Order: sequence, then C-alpha cells, then structure tokens
Amino acid sequence: MQKSKLGLDFEKVGYAKNIAKKIADDVQSFVENYTTVAVERTLCRLLGIDGIDANAVPLPNVLVDSLKEKGVLGQGVIFYIGNAIVETGLNPQQIAEQVSDGKLDLAALPIHPKEKIDAAIMPIVHASLDRIKSRRSRREHYLNTIGEGAKPYLYVIVATGNIYEDVVQAQAAARQGADIIAVIRTTGQSLLDYVPYGATTEGFGGTYATQENFRIMRKALDEVGEEVGRYIRLCNYCSGLCMPEIAVMGAFEGLDVMLNDALYGILFRDINMQRTMVDQYFSRIINGYAGVIINTGEDNYLTTADAFDEAHTVLASDLINEQLAFIAGIPAEQMGLGHAFEMDPELENGFLYELAQAQMTREIFPDAPLKYMPPTKFMTGNVFRGHIQDALFNQIAIWTGQGLQLLGMMTEAIHTPFMSDRYLAIENAKYIFKNMKSIGDEVEYKENGIIRNRAQEVLNNAVELLEVLQNDGLFNALEQGKFAAVKRPKTGGKGLAGVVERGANYSNPFVELMKNRK
Amino acid sequence: MSGGLYSMEARDFDTTLDLKKIKPYGDTMNDGKTQVSFTLPVPCGNEAIEAAKQLMKKMGFENPQVVFYKELTEGFTFFNCYGSSVHSVDFTSIHVPKVEATTWDMHQTDEYVKENIGRKLVVVGASTGTDAHTVGIDAIMNMKGYAGHYGLERYEGFEAYNLGSQVPNDEFIAKAIELKADALLVSQTVTQKDVHIQNLVELIEMLEAEGLRNKLIVCCGGPRISHELAKELGYDAGFGMNTYADDVASFIAQEFVRRSKK
Repeated sequence: MQKSKLGLDFEKVGYAKNIAKKIADDVQSFVENYTTVAVERTLCRLLGIDGIDANAVPLPNVLVDSLKEKGVLGQGVIFYIGNAIVETGLNPQQIAEQVSDGKLDLAALPIHPKEKIDAAIMPIVHASLDRIKSRRSRREHYLNTIGEGAKPYLYVIVATGNIYEDVVQAQAAARQGADIIAVIRTTGQSLLDYVPYGATTEGFGGTYATQENFRIMRKALDEVGEEVGRYIRLCNYCSGLCMPEIAVMGAFEGLDVMLNDALYGILFRDINMQRTMVDQYFSRIINGYAGVIINTGEDNYLTTADAFDEAHTVLASDLINEQLAFIAGIPAEQMGLGHAFEMDPELENGFLYELAQAQMTREIFPDAPLKYMPPTKFMTGNVFRGHIQDALFNQIAIWTGQGLQLLGMMTEAIHTPFMSDRYLAIENAKYIFKNMKSIGDEVEYKENGIIRNRAQEVLNNAVELLEVLQNDGLFNALEQGKFAAVKRPKTGGKGLAGVVERGANYSNPFVELMKNRK
Repeated sequence: MSGGLYSMEARDFDTTLDLKKIKPYGDTMNDGKTQVSFTLPVPCGNEAIEAAKQLMKKMGFENPQVVFYKELTEGFTFFNCYGSSVHSVDFTSIHVPKVEATTWDMHQTDEYVKENIGRKLVVVGASTGTDAHTVGIDAIMNMKGYAGHYGLERYEGFEAYNLGSQVPNDEFIAKAIELKADALLVSQTVTQKDVHIQNLVELIEMLEAEGLRNKLIVCCGGPRISHELAKELGYDAGFGMNTYADDVASFIAQEFVRRSKK
C-alpha cells in the first residue's frame, strides 16, 4: 500500500477512479459507433497518402470529402481504398491522385469480397505500423545511448512563426538546459479542418504544425541533442479539428510529447463534443502506440475559473482523462496529466494550497509524468515579481516530483519569449531544482495542518463532482458548464458536420493492432 | 563588477526637480539612472561588451555600465546594463487622451442606469478574429470579474453577452443586431505582427458599411490597447492594462446618456 504524506485515503482514490472509469466507459460506448472526417483522413495518411492538389488542399481531404459528398463516408476509407486497390492495382497515393484528378470515383467501383479487400489493405497497414515502430525505436536508442535530462523535464516553448527561426531558438534553449521544446501553433490552427502542407515561415503567435515542420525541428533537435549529450524531446499540439492527423504526423516524424486533451477543444475552442470525443480516441491510440507522452489541459480551467475554488474540477477531469487514455491503450508512464500553479498571489497561504494540490496530484497519479503549468493568469507585466512567482512554482515542482515542468517566463502577458527570457527561466529552474533537490524527502506535513486538510478537501470535492457526472453523463455535464464554468451544447460548436455514423462495411484495423502493440 | 556598495560618482548636476526637464530617478534627482537589458547577436567577449557600451551611448546614456553578460548560445550575448540618460522630457506639455468618463463602482453605475436610462443596456463582447484568448473579455464580462472588480454579468444595469473567443467580425455583428446591442466590446490579446490592428479596423469598416457604427458604442481592450490607439482606429474608447469592468461600465453608461441628450 502506498503511503500518503497528506493522509489521503487511497480507498477513496480508488473509488474516485472507479467512478471516472464508468464515466469514460459511457463516453466510449458512443465513440465506437462513429467516425469523423479527421479520423478518415488519418487513415489515409496511415496508408501513405500525402501531398496536396493544385489548390493546396491536402489529398487526404480531397479523398475523404469526395466520399462525404456522396454520403458514403460511414463505410470508411479502408473499405473504399482497399476495394480500389483490388479493382485497379494502384497504390493508395495513386488512388488519391486519381480521385483528385477526377479520374476515379471510389463509390462507383464494383465491390469486391471482404477477404480480397483485407488481403490488399493489410500489408499496407503493417508497413505503416513498422514505420512508426522504427521511429519509436530510434527514440529509445537515443535514450539508451545519449540519455536524457533529470525530471522534472524543463519544457520551454518557441513561437516565432517561422520554423527556421524556431530552430535557432530551440537549439539555443537546448544548450541552455531545456529537455522539451514545444513549438506553439499559429493562432487559429486548431479550427482548420485540414493540416497545412510543407515548411512554413508565416504564423501569428506561433508556427503552423505541418509534417515538414515536424521533420525540420526533429532533425535540429537530434543534432543539438548529440552535441549536448541529452535527448531533446519535441512537443506539439494534437488538439483542435485535426487531433488524430497531427498524431499520425507526429508518430511518423518522431515527436515525443503531444498536447492531447479529451475536453480542451470542447471547452476552449468551442469544438463540438461528439467530434472531439471520437477524434481524441483515435489520436490517443496513435500517441500510445508511438510512445508519445500526452499532455492534458486541465491547467486551462484555472485561467477561466478560480484556482482555489475550482481545484477539484481539475482533479475530476484528470481522473476522467486518465480513464479515457487507458481505454485508448496509453500506459500511465505516458500520461502527462495537467495541473497548474494559478492561485491569486494575494491569497494568504496560497503557496501552501498549491503545494497541497501538487503533492495530492503526485500521489493520486504516482506513475504519470505530471505536466505542471506555470502562473499565467496573474502575470502582470511586472517582470520582477513574475520571476518570483515562477520561482515559487519551481520550488513546488521539485518538492513534489512533477514530471514536465512547463517553465514560466517573466515576460508572460507581454510577448512570446525572447531568447534571454528563456535563458533566465531555465536558470531559475535549474538553480531551484539543484538547491532544493531533496526537500520532498526531508519535510513532512503536519497532521491536521493546512496542507493535509486542503488536499483531503479537494479530493472529497472531486469525488462529489464525479458522482454527479456519473449520474448526468459527461456530455450533459459539459452542457451544464461543470468544467471551467464553460457551457457547450452537444449539437453545437465547430466540426459536428464531420461526424458520421459507421456503416456495415466500416473497419479500422489500426485500433486493435495499435492497442495490442503489434 | 559594480562600484561596490556606495556610489562614488561625482554629482555635478543640478539636483532640483524641474518638471520641464524630467529624467529617470535612481536615488538622486536628475541622476538619469536607467536599467536596460538586451541581447546582441555576437559572441561573448571584450568586443561584445564594448559593443553594448557603445550602443548604450547611442541610446543616450552616459557612463554606461555592463554589470552582467552571458552568452546565451553561440553567437548571442545577453547584457544587463545601467546608465544615466542624457535626455529629458517636458512633463508640463504632455497631453494624453483619456476615456472621458468618471469611474464609478458597480452600485453607482447600476443606479445611474436605472435613473437615467430606465432599462438594461445590452452589451455584446467577444475576443474576435483569430484570437483564442478569453482572459481579457472574461475579466470584464464574467460574473466573477477580475482582481475584485465584478464583471458586467453581475451588473443590474447591463444585459451582458460574452461570445467567447475566435468570433469572426461578421458573426459578431450579426449577433449584435440579433441581440439589439447598445455597446460592443472587442478584446484583443494576441498582437504579434499587428494582427489586432487589422482585425479592429475591419470591424469598424464593416460596421460603417452596415450603417451601424453611430448606433453603437464600440470599445476595444487588451494589454496592448490604449485609448489613444482605440480612438485612432475609430473606436469610442480603449481600455488597456489596469482597467476593469468598472471603467468599462461607467464609460458605456455615461456615453449612452451623453449621446441620447444630443
């Protein structure tokens, strides 16, 4: 039995996880009857379809849209592409090009027997899995040879808008001590229902996530990783309307960390909840298979809701996100469940409450590389105080053994980080992590004190919320604004038109193969 | 590296305050002391330090001191510097356009609306264009508000609709018409490459094209927005850092009454 420093009742934790599992299972029973345009485009990419047409529309979009227009997308691209291979002898890329040129109508071809379709498609499926596996072993080889930094991993962002400039910033950050480089996406990419193509040099507040940009940055980080003798992880964003597509691109190009929340897009980008639930499932299966650490976005709740009053919603959501991730075959070691240091700095004993919650999260998810987010809401432009707020946040991280430390920048709320901001943030974290290394082993929390009581209170409130969610169902809870004080209707939001009920011929062989690590 | 605990510099300057010639203040009137930090794209070394000092002189600093330097990565060196500014500013001749309204608290504004308008004012707000940040509009509109200042949703005198983030300008206008808005609030947080300017200008142009501009009180806000900029772009008011729902609510109520008296 695990021993709690906070006097947490692990039977209660087990009870909470059990309710969260029921909530997640309920969502899953919906997910399994549907597919989406994004899932089908992902399958196109897994079958090797890439490139764009004369209007810069990605070929996966061209092919999937052609089936959707004919109202037959519910049968799935595996069925239609497999059937077309049998009929024409062409490969998937050639088939997509012919569809794009108007030379081939997949829905008009004679239907071949299932065995023949399977025989045509399965070798391509396995080749695709091999491609991802070899990427995964490449990472493992690096970790076994040059190694990695100690946890908490230092996680910094680059966001110049130009992938080549991002490379300069990222390599500088790695030399200064960063372990994870996240390339922030351009504003608005989450609402694009396609993934742009090729290397990009123009973005607002971030850089387009494209497969080519992934490749460029991966190569740069491998170079600098060999130079500094430490594997440097690359992070991007599996969120928005293209969750699974970004996942497969990351799996092909060796990304290591992906923002991949089940609820974030619904709450903060007003993406339809049905669409998101179906998309998150397949994106997480791919991330799990590729060995990618997923990050969840609960920290964002606290940018709209109060960090003290709503702490239990973060824990409840972490518990649900954990169960949804288990269903998608993600092991605990790849679950960067999110939480944040976001209380009002004016709050008396705020540091103690933050410490209580961070320790509580650590104990409830002992194997997860927790993602700890820095102060953002109360960063004001007073860079001097901001640097201290970030220092307090770093102290809690080393004290409670967080996994991924998303470094706070003193210039948060002013501009995307300067090279020097990143340096000072890394220096701050390294100083504190070294100077306070073993404090967590040395200090115990007073029985019946502020810290223990706070942790128990948050757990109790989270259990109460989960009980309500179990009765109402997750979709209803989101409609009622139970998370982040944001209300979203089940049939509202962006992307609902891309959700399709699966037909009789539908198949997605990757789901079982990936979940079983074939 | 520094001069030790005590400054031994001669103070051969006039230390009386003259508002026609104000300078930065370190610890003595008119000492001009300023801290500056920047990165130069050169390798660390004596030449880099000299370059930083020369740059400080060109920026208008006497006795530039480089108190800290560090090569951030190959070919980029970071500096912390101090110097005495040679420049001064005439404080007496400064005029900054301000939002023409008295800021009241929620209760006062609600009373004013009740007595002078007699119905609720409809306010529609959003973070528009590609901007995904809701922190600004939430701080002004949400029930809870920000830093102890209640948001418009809590006011009795306002009917507040917060449309959230990434609302295209045309949808924003359509919603304003549907809800019979009296005032529009636009929040812009992302300002890279002046994306906010283009978006703010577009809204005003669209409102003018629809003949709605003069029927609405239109305000914008965000950390990089000033009232001056807002007026320049054709808005009635702009709310920047350290302004809250109280400021916005007071302005809308007073401006509405001002207009109805015309």
